[in-house]
Amino acid sequence: MNKARANPYNTAAMHGALILYTLIALFPVFVIIINSFKDRRSIFREPLALPNSESFSLIGYETVFTQGDFFLYFQNSMIVTVASLFFVLLFGAMAAFALAEYRFKGNLLMGLYLALGIMIPIRIGTVAILDMMVATGLVNTLWALILVYTAQGLPLAIFILSEFMRQVSDDLKNAARIDGLSEYAIFLKLVLPLVRPAMATVAVFNMIPIWNDLWFPLILAPAEETKTLTLGSQVFIGQFVTDWNAVLSALSMAILPVLTLYVIFSRQLIRGITSGAVK
Amino acid sequence: MTALSLKNVHKSFGNIHVLKDINIDVEDGEFVVFVGPSGCGKSTLLRVIAGLEDATSGDIQIGEDMVNVVPPSKRGIAMVFQSYALYPHLNVRKNMSLALKQERQPKSTIDARIEKASKMLNLEAYLDRFPSELSGGQRQRVAIGRAIVREPKLFLFDEPLSNLDAALRMNTRIEIANLHKQLGASMVYVTHDQTEAMTLADKIVVLRDGRVEQIGSPMELYNNPANKFVAGFLGSPSMNFLPESVLDGANNNTIGIRPEDLFISKDGPLLVRVSHVEHLGGDTNIIAHVEGHQITARLFGQHKVDQDSELRLAFKPDRTYAFAQDGTRLR
Repeated sequence: MNKARANPYNTAAMHGALILYTLIALFPVFVIIINSFKDRRSIFREPLALPNSESFSLIGYETVFTQGDFFLYFQNSMIVTVASLFFVLLFGAMAAFALAEYRFKGNLLMGLYLALGIMIPIRIGTVAILDMMVATGLVNTLWALILVYTAQGLPLAIFILSEFMRQVSDDLKNAARIDGLSEYAIFLKLVLPLVRPAMATVAVFNMIPIWNDLWFPLILAPAEETKTLTLGSQVFIGQFVTDWNAVLSALSMAILPVLTLYVIFSRQLIRGITSGAVK
Repeated sequence: MTALSLKNVHKSFGNIHVLKDINIDVEDGEFVVFVGPSGCGKSTLLRVIAGLEDATSGDIQIGEDMVNVVPPSKRGIAMVFQSYALYPHLNVRKNMSLALKQERQPKSTIDARIEKASKMLNLEAYLDRFPSELSGGQRQRVAIGRAIVREPKLFLFDEPLSNLDAALRMNTRIEIANLHKQLGASMVYVTHDQTEAMTLADKIVVLRDGRVEQIGSPMELYNNPANKFVAGFLGSPSMNFLPESVLDGANNNTIGIRPEDLFISKDGPLLVRVSHVEHLGGDTNIIAHVEGHQITARLFGQHKVDQDSELRLAFKPDRTYAFAQDGTRLR
C-alpha cells in the first residue's frame, strides 16, 4: 500500500482512473443542468454546448414554477423520504439490536425471515398493497408511501445493522449493565452512537431509490396534493410532445435535496471510518 | 463478616457444565484471586457473581443480601474488564460519572468522588480526553477509576492486566495492591497468571474444569498443594515431576520437586544431561533431561554450566511431594 503510494506512476494511474470515472458519472448530470438553461431549439441543435447569450433561457424554470405546484411536490417528496428513512432506521436498528443481542428461540430463523425481503422485490405485491391501502383508506395519502418505503427498506437495514451491532463488544454492554443502564439506554446511548457509520450507510442506500421512485406514487398517491417530485415532473412528458425545458429544469432542481442529504450522511460515513482508525 | 459467599453454585450452558459445586467465602477487605488455565470457568464464575450470567443453581450472597435474582447494577459491585470497556464516545469524566448519574447521586457527590478517584490514580490531567486519546495503561486506570467512584461493596477484576505490556503490568499490579490497601475494599480478581495471583492475593482459589481444586493463602498453596495440578500450576519455573522409578522407588507414584530445591552435588542421586542453560543474572535455570524426563533446576547466583554436559543433582528428601497416579497428594 505504502509502496504503491510512493510510486508516482501508480499514483497518477490511480488518480487518472478515478477522475475518468468521476467524469463519466457526472456527465449526464452536467448535460441536464446546462440544457435546463437553454431554449428548446438550442437543446436539440447543440445539446453539449454551454448556454450563451443567444441560447440562454429560463423558460423551463418558468414553466415548472407556473404549471403545477412544484413546491408542494417538492415538500411531499421531502416528507416521504425523510419520514421513511426515520422509520427504517428506527425499526431497523431496534430489530437488529434484538437479533444481535439476545439469545432466544428462533433467533436465526427470525433473522433470515426479516432478511428475506432483500431477495423479493416489493413491487410483486403491488396489487395486494393497493388493495390494502384502499381498504384502510390510505390511498392518496403520504402515509401510504411512507409505510411502503419503510417496509421496502427494513430487510437490508436489519441485515446490515445487526452485523454491525454484533461487533460492538460484549464487555462494553456488560459494563453499561453494571453501571445501571437499562436495555433501552444501552441501545440508545451506547450502541446507536457506535454504529452511526452503518446507520449512515443504510440511510444512503435507502434514500435514493425512495426519492426517485415513480411506481408507488403513481399507483398509491397520484392525487394532486400528494404528488411527489418525480411524479409531478411527468406532467411535462407527454405521449406525443415533451416539454424538455421543463423536464430538465425540474430534474436539475430535484438533484439538490438529495445532494444535501447525501452530504450530511456521507460526513457520518467518513467520520466513522477515521474514528475507527485511531481506536 | 463475609463480603461474598457462594454456596453450591452450578452453571451449565445446555449440556456443558462449566461450574460444578463452587463454595467460596470472601471475607470483608480480603483480596481473593481466582486462578486457573484458560477455559477453567474462572471468568464465568466472575460473571455469575456480577449477575451478567445466572447461576443454574446455588446461592450467591453479597454482603448481607442474597443476590440470585438482583440485576447487576443493584448488587453493589463494580467490575473492571480485560478490554477496559470504556465508552468510546464519552470522555474520561463522563465515563466515570455515568453510573453515578444513573443512581441519581447529587452533582456535588459525583464531582467529589471523581476528584478523589482521579487523584488516587493520577488521572487529573486526562479528565477531558476521550478513551481513544489515552495509552493502554491510562485506559486501564480510567477503568479502575470508574469502579472506584461507585464505592462498591465488592470489586471484580476480570484479567485487568493481560492487555498491558510486561513493564506496565508490574507497575499496575503494584498500583492495584496499593489501591486495595488504601480502600480496604473486598476484591475478587481473575487471572491465568500465577505471578499475579501469588503477589496480590490474600487468598487464592485454584480452579480447573469448573471445579475448585484448592483454596488457601499463596504460601499455603505453594508449600502444601493438595494435588499435582495445584503443585504444577503455582511456582515459576513449575515443579518437576518424575516417576518414582527414576528415584529408585518401587511404586508407580510421581514425585514432585520444586526447581529451587535441586542443587548440584557430586554424589547426587540424579544423573542428568544438560540441554539448556538460562542465565538470568540473579538466578541460573538449568533445563536437563534424566532418562527422557525433563527437569528444571533453579540455582541461586551465577553458575558456569556447559550445554550437553552431564552432572549430578541432589535434593533434600523432606522437600519432595508424592502424588498418586490420579494426581492426589500422598502424605
